[in-house]
Amino acid sequence: MSEFVRNVRLWFAPERVREEGGTPDYRFSLANERTFLAWLRTALALIGGGFAVDQFLPDLRWAWRVGLALALLGAGVLCSLRAVNHYVRCERAMRRGEDLPASRFPAVLSLVVAVVAVAMVVVVLVGWAG
Amino acid sequence: MGGVSTAGRDPGLQPERTRLAWRRTTLSAAVAAVLAVRATLHGGASATAVVGCALCCALWLGFLRVAHHRIRALAAEARPPALAPRHATAAALCAVAMAVCAVVLVV
Repeated sequence: MSEFVRNVRLWFAPERVREEGGTPDYRFSLANERTFLAWLRTALALIGGGFAVDQFLPDLRWAWRVGLALALLGAGVLCSLRAVNHYVRCERAMRRGEDLPASRFPAVLSLVVAVVAVAMVVVVLVGWAG
Repeated sequence: MGGVSTAGRDPGLQPERTRLAWRRTTLSAAVAAVLAVRATLHGGASATAVVGCALCCALWLGFLRVAHHRIRALAAEARPPALAPRHATAAALCAVAMAVCAVVLVV
């Protein structure tokens, strides 16, 4: 947990990232930046999905509609926070010449998206039947 | 930017690809903001919804500002410096705040 707090401090303090190790090839940093942006787009897509569930499934019961929308929005928030954290960790690992951090997050996110998708199919089918 | 100075140019076009990644991400944020406007209009435009919608649009502008800043930094030098974590955080917090506005609009 303290590792995470230290990382959060680094989010706001670029000078402290620069204190350690040597500057990596700028192309690696740019690749890291593009990965960060790809995760941010994923987060924005999840947020857009939250809006879409709310607007394009108006026949659902309120609880289901809001529940699904909140699940997608929550995933979007986690995804964007994790994007920064991963960016900073990768940048630091590159400066120190360490291996890039491994992460469980992609697997967790895939599972969450799969569960939400299945729930949506079930809910839409049940909604039509009912 | 349109200059064809081949000297010292990265054959992998990394800065250009990064610039386009910023553009794509800004576009994604625009889609989310448009959906927020749609939600407000369909929800009967209550005071809370209008505030949430305005915030979403303002956040999109904030994101655009970060992206613009970064794109100019990328274009200025042949070997651009790494993205400062502070700017990465600002971009991500725009997305988080948009999600919070979305919660207000949805519930």
